[in-house]
Amino acid sequence: MSSVPANLKGSPAVASRRVMLPWGRWGLRLTAFLYLGFMVALPLATIIRNGFADGFTAFWADITNPTAFSALKLTLMTSVLITVINAVMGTLTAYVLVRFHFPAKGLFNALIDMPFAIPTLVTGVMLVALYGPQRAVGGWLNAHDIKVIFATPGIVLALLVITYPFVIRAVQPVLMEIEKGQEEAAYTIGASKWTTFRKVVLPTITPALLTGGLLCFARALGEFGSVVVVAGNIPGVTLTAPVYVFGQIESQNQRGASAMSILLLALSFTLILTVEWMQNRNGKSNVSS
Amino acid sequence: MVRAMFQVESAQRDNQTGKTGHSSSMTGLAESKNGTGREATSNVREPSGYRGKLFEWLLIAIAVAYAAGLLLAPLVAIIVGAFGEGLRAAVKEISSTDAISSLKLTLVMAVGATAVNTVFGVCIAWVLVRDNFWGRRILNGLVDMPFAVSPVIAGFMLILLFGRGGWLTPITDALGVKVVFALPGILLATIFISLPFVIREVAPVLAQVSADQEDAARTIGANRLLTFWHVTLPAIRWGLLYGVSLTFARAVGEIGAVLVVSGGVSRLTETSTLYIFRSLDDRNYVGANAMAVFLAALSFGILMVIEYFKRRTEQTQTT
Repeated sequence: MSSVPANLKGSPAVASRRVMLPWGRWGLRLTAFLYLGFMVALPLATIIRNGFADGFTAFWADITNPTAFSALKLTLMTSVLITVINAVMGTLTAYVLVRFHFPAKGLFNALIDMPFAIPTLVTGVMLVALYGPQRAVGGWLNAHDIKVIFATPGIVLALLVITYPFVIRAVQPVLMEIEKGQEEAAYTIGASKWTTFRKVVLPTITPALLTGGLLCFARALGEFGSVVVVAGNIPGVTLTAPVYVFGQIESQNQRGASAMSILLLALSFTLILTVEWMQNRNGKSNVSS
Repeated sequence: MVRAMFQVESAQRDNQTGKTGHSSSMTGLAESKNGTGREATSNVREPSGYRGKLFEWLLIAIAVAYAAGLLLAPLVAIIVGAFGEGLRAAVKEISSTDAISSLKLTLVMAVGATAVNTVFGVCIAWVLVRDNFWGRRILNGLVDMPFAVSPVIAGFMLILLFGRGGWLTPITDALGVKVVFALPGILLATIFISLPFVIREVAPVLAQVSADQEDAARTIGANRLLTFWHVTLPAIRWGLLYGVSLTFARAVGEIGAVLVVSGGVSRLTETSTLYIFRSLDDRNYVGANAMAVFLAALSFGILMVIEYFKRRTEQTQTT
């Protein structure tokens, strides 16, 4: 204990950590607090102060002006829609990946994380490349009077791409843990596939499904990079809340930007807290040995 | 209690089905080695017979078609778009001075943010897992905030803090540092949006490294740093690398936060994503597509690395 390697003596940070006294512990605690305080808490405090700088009435007026309100409505509606689609398709995909065997399954499994790796702006550019009015698919759709890019379907598509992995990755591990024996038992006593799914599988995966869904929703609420490219950002029509915030910053309306930011923050933070709470609750019964 | 019961059960199952049991359900890789895993699944399918088989393929077809339509079709479209005017045009765009300098800036910022978040991330993960004190829950909540904050808002917060009349502007002015519309702002924004990854990936792995091992190392005379280096770090390395690669991927691809704080001066504060953004505005579609393909390719590389680290992390967690 007493022998300190000579090269460690010099730096105070290192020295304080190796001492067994509470110093090291307190040093780390302090580091954690200062880092998170500076990087996260301080910026949050300043935005809240800015949004309420002129009182609550001004804040209320800022988020209920027609452009802001319709942006908020659009964001909420598209987020709900994609969460529902993801819940269905994500569960199906996870089920297929866990229970069935088919060629190139490993490749498919690896591809699922693609939206996490690819920059969201690139996702937007990709969608424009596919559905843009001058492109092959976009042109065909245009001829049939279906507008994707610079319209709401484009926003929905962009959100679907960037939130694709959440539900799958939440449900997949839980599905793996379900005893195959349980499903077999259900078949043996004559239950159909659908009944088995409904009575055996679904109840087990529900918490994970909710977690994945909420993460989708929270992510969709704040999405900017892909949406800004595909939406066209027409105020009152295809302007989403995060893009609205961006517009307000650009036009120097800081209070308006803060007000909408606070609302979005409050929403998504509530969701993240809910997810955290559910995970803590299920953590005890979850089987990830 | 419940956890222990499940472990016993799964161990029994492992004995029944041969060795594959637990790992067979992980990915498609393990099954192919050994027939037993496959048999176990086909038992489940047996009762529904031919129609069940058809139904199974229908589900697979839906899942694959959905993924292909949603993820692969746009990817193909952008590659066609980038090389539509020939390979030469795309290469010319990607090797222009603006494009190259934006790529350099992106790499520098991503590496910087990843380094900062790795060091602090491990510290914070350790505090969250090993330490217990009244402020732990607050810290835990703060860690998740960057995921809850829209990137645009993240950038905006930095403007409020360091811009005109901001709380920290007097300090940065006194130091003579320009943060907003300059490189420090971009770095701070990148650090912010990629902050949780290392912590969230390291913490669960760290929780499984029992503190006993660390205590043992210390009992035989290793100091804390040596213990960390020789006992803790090797145990958490795959989780750490997984978190690091996620951080890096996120840092490379960031647009919203950077767009707000950078000011977008080409060749000075323009990252690759901002370069794409500006090219779209300038209707330079070949340039935008070429850079987008390049970033997508880079992301694919990172994704492969991520998958590898993830598999290794899962292996450490199951053994």
